Amino acid sequence: MRNITAQAATAAARPAGADVAVEVRGICKMYNEIEALRGIDLDFPAGKLTTLLGPSGCGKTTLLKIVAGLIPATSGEVRVNGNTVTGPGPERAFVFQDFALMPWATVMRNVGFGLELKGMGKNERQAIAQKYIAEVGLSGFENKYPHELSGGMRQRVGLARAFAVNADVLLLDEPFSAVDEQNRRKFQEDLLELVEKEKKTFIFVTHSIEEAVYCSDRIVILSRRPGRIAQIIEPEIDRSASPDAIRRDQGYLDTVEEIWQGLKHYVD
Amino acid sequence: MTMFGYRVPMMASLLVWCVIWEIVGRSGAMFLIPPLSDVLVAVVALVQTGTWQAAAITTLNSFLLGMFFAIVVGVILGVLMGRSTTADSLLGIWVNIFVSAPLSALVPVLMILFGMGETTVVVTVFLFAVWIIVLDTRAGIQGVPKSLVEMGRSYGASRFTLYGKIIFLAALPEILAGIRLGVVRGVKGVVIGQLLVAIIGYGELFELYSRNFDMVNFWALTIILFAAAMGLSALIENIEKRVDYYAGVR
Amino acid sequence: MSFPVQANGSSRAVPPSEASFVWRKLSEHRTALWRTASIGLFFLVWEIAGRIPISFAFPTFLETLRAFVTMTLDGSFVAAYAETLQPLVIGIAISAVIGIGLGIVMGLSRFAEWLAAPVFIVLQAAPMAALIPLITFVYGIGLVSKTLAVIMLALPVIVLNGYKAVRNANPSLVAMCYSFQGNWWQRITKIIIPDASPVIFAGLRLGLAAGFIGVILAELLITPTGIGDLITYHRSVADYPEMYAAVVSIILVSTLTLAALEAFELRVLRPEKRKS
Repeated sequence: MRNITAQAATAAARPAGADVAVEVRGICKMYNEIEALRGIDLDFPAGKLTTLLGPSGCGKTTLLKIVAGLIPATSGEVRVNGNTVTGPGPERAFVFQDFALMPWATVMRNVGFGLELKGMGKNERQAIAQKYIAEVGLSGFENKYPHELSGGMRQRVGLARAFAVNADVLLLDEPFSAVDEQNRRKFQEDLLELVEKEKKTFIFVTHSIEEAVYCSDRIVILSRRPGRIAQIIEPEIDRSASPDAIRRDQGYLDTVEEIWQGLKHYVD
Repeated sequence: MTMFGYRVPMMASLLVWCVIWEIVGRSGAMFLIPPLSDVLVAVVALVQTGTWQAAAITTLNSFLLGMFFAIVVGVILGVLMGRSTTADSLLGIWVNIFVSAPLSALVPVLMILFGMGETTVVVTVFLFAVWIIVLDTRAGIQGVPKSLVEMGRSYGASRFTLYGKIIFLAALPEILAGIRLGVVRGVKGVVIGQLLVAIIGYGELFELYSRNFDMVNFWALTIILFAAAMGLSALIENIEKRVDYYAGVR
Repeated sequence: MSFPVQANGSSRAVPPSEASFVWRKLSEHRTALWRTASIGLFFLVWEIAGRIPISFAFPTFLETLRAFVTMTLDGSFVAAYAETLQPLVIGIAISAVIGIGLGIVMGLSRFAEWLAAPVFIVLQAAPMAALIPLITFVYGIGLVSKTLAVIMLALPVIVLNGYKAVRNANPSLVAMCYSFQGNWWQRITKIIIPDASPVIFAGLRLGLAAGFIGVILAELLITPTGIGDLITYHRSVADYPEMYAAVVSIILVSTLTLAALEAFELRVLRPEKRKS
C-alpha cells in the first residue's frame, strides 16, 4: 500500500510514467450558495480503476458527473485524452446509480441504446449488444424487460450498455448501491475480470470502503463539503490471487482499516 | 417561468387571458363574449340582488348537505374497505364502476325518485363526490405502514385509540386529497343537478339568463361559480399542506 | 445450511384431498367469485326494493332486465348508441389530438406551461357543464353542439395529464440519453414520449369518462337524441323499466369501454406492471 498524503497530493497526483486518461484541473462547483467542490486537481491513469471515496455529500458524484459532462463546473477544466470536456462525448460512458434502464425496452434494446442514438443500423448494433450481453453474463435474457431482472442483473445491463459504445473511459456512479450484498460481491469480482479484459479506464464512485479497496488500483478520498482531496491511496494488492484470498489478505484489511481511521471523524 | 430575470408566478398568465378576453369583448367580434370589465361590473351588481342571494343560498345549502353525507359515508366506507378484505371485495367493483361512470345519466332517475327539488340536487352532489372519497380513503388506510399498527398494539392501544390516533391520522393526507377531489366533483354535481332540474338555485338563473340572451349576467354567474370552485379547492389544498409533511416520511 | 428437500416425499405426507383441490381451484378465482357474489347481491337488493316497492317509479330488477333485453333485441339501443357515440368519438378524437399535442408542448416549454397550464387547471376544477346552455345558442342543437360539450369536458384532463407526464419524465433516463449524446429530437421521441405515454393514455381514459358525462348531459339538456332521448322519452310516458334499462346500459357501456382501455394500457404500455 502506498499512501500519498494530502500535502504531497498535487505532486503525486500525476502518476509518473503512466499514461493519463483524464486530467482534472482546478475544478470548483457551487450550487447557488453552497460550495460542493473546491480546487480539485487530479489525474486518472489510463487502463486503471480509480475510486472516488468519501462521506456522503462530499461531492464525489458531482465530480464524476462533471467529468461525464452531465453538469458544468463553476470553474476549472477537465481534459479527456487531451481534449477539454464541454459535454458528454463518445470517449466516455456513464453507468447510473439507479440503472436508468428504459422499462419499455428489452435488455437487447437497452444495451444497444447508445449505438441506436448514434444511428447505427439494427443488425450491426444487435450484434455488438449481443457480445456485451454475453460478456456481463446475461446470455439468454436478451428479450426480457428490466422489471423481470434482479437489481444486480439490471446493473449488468447498464454496464453492458456502457461497454457497447466502446468508450475509453467508463464512469460508474455507485453502481452497486441498489444491489443486494451477495450479488454485489459477485458483481465486484466480475467487474475486476472485465477491467482486466477490456483495458479501459474506470472511474468509480462508492461510499463503501471495502468495495473501494477490493476493486481499485487507486483510491481518492474526498473530504466533507466543500469536497477536497484528503488522501490518495494505492492499495498494492496482488490481483492474481483468488477473490477470497484478496478479502483475507493482510494488506487489504490494513488498507480498509487505515481509510476508516481517516474517515471516522467525518461521521456524526 | 422567468421573464427579464424576474420570476413570474404561474397564475399571472391568467391576467394575460383576461386582457385578451377584454379585447375580444370590446371588439364585439363575438356576441357571446362581452367585455370582461362589463362582466365584472355585473358581478358586483348581481351579488347585491335578492334573486342571486336566494339562488346562492339554495345552491350552497344543497352542496354542503350533499358533501357532508359524501364525506361521512365516504370516509366510513373507505376505512371499512381498507381494513376488511370482505368489505373490499364486496364493494370494490361498485365503487370502481361509479367513480368513473357517467352519473349525469342517473339524474333523471333521481328526479323521479326524489322529486324536482333540492333533495335531488343533494343526492346528485352526494353521488358525484362520494366514490372518489371512498377510493382515496381506502388507499390511505391500506398505505398505513403495518409497523405503525403493530407499534400501537405492542404499546397496548385499545381498538378505539388505534383507529383514532394511529390509523386515521396516518391516512389523513390521502383522506384530505380524496375530499378535495370530492369537492371538485361535488361542485360539478351541484351544477349538473340544478341544470337538469332547471327550476332551482343557480340552474334556474342559468336558464333565465341564457334564454334571455343576457350574456353579461350569464358570464358574471359563471365567474362567481368558477371562483367559488377554485377557492374551495384551494382552501382544502391549504389544509392538505399542513398534514402533507408526514405523508412522505411515513 | 439446509438439507436437500426430499423429492419423493415422506410417507406421512397427506395426498391432496378432493375437497382441498376444489378449495384451491376456488381461491384461484377468488376475485372473480367475489365480484359475481357482489353483483348478484346488488341485483337481489334491487329486486327486493322493487317489490316492496320503495317508490312507484322504482321497477324491479327483473322488469328492468326484461326491458333491457327487449330494447337490445328490437334495435332501439343500436339506433340510440349510433347517435350517442358519434359526437363522443369525434369529440374525443379532437380532444386527443389537441390535448396530447398541447400537453407535450406545455411539458417541454416553460413559456407554454406558464401561459396555458393555469387556464386548464381552472377549467378542470370548474364546473364546465354550466357553459353547455351557451353552446346551444351558437351551434344549435345538432352534432356540433354535442361534440363541443364532449370536448369542453374531456380536453382539460387530457391536456393536464399529457403536460404532467412530459414535465415529470424520469430525469435519470433523460440524463442517460444526454450522456450517450442523444440529440434534442432523440431525447423527445425515444425517451420523453415513451416514458410519458402511460400517463398520457391514462389521461385519454379520464377524458373519455368525462366525455361520457358531457355527451349524456348534452342529450338531456340540449337535444333529446340518442340514449338521452330514450331516458327522457320513457320517463315522460312513465315506462320506468325501459328508462332504467337505458340508464343501466349507458353506465354499462362506459364502464366496459373504460375497463377495456385500462386493460390495454396495462398490457401494451406498462410492461413493468405485466405479470411475468
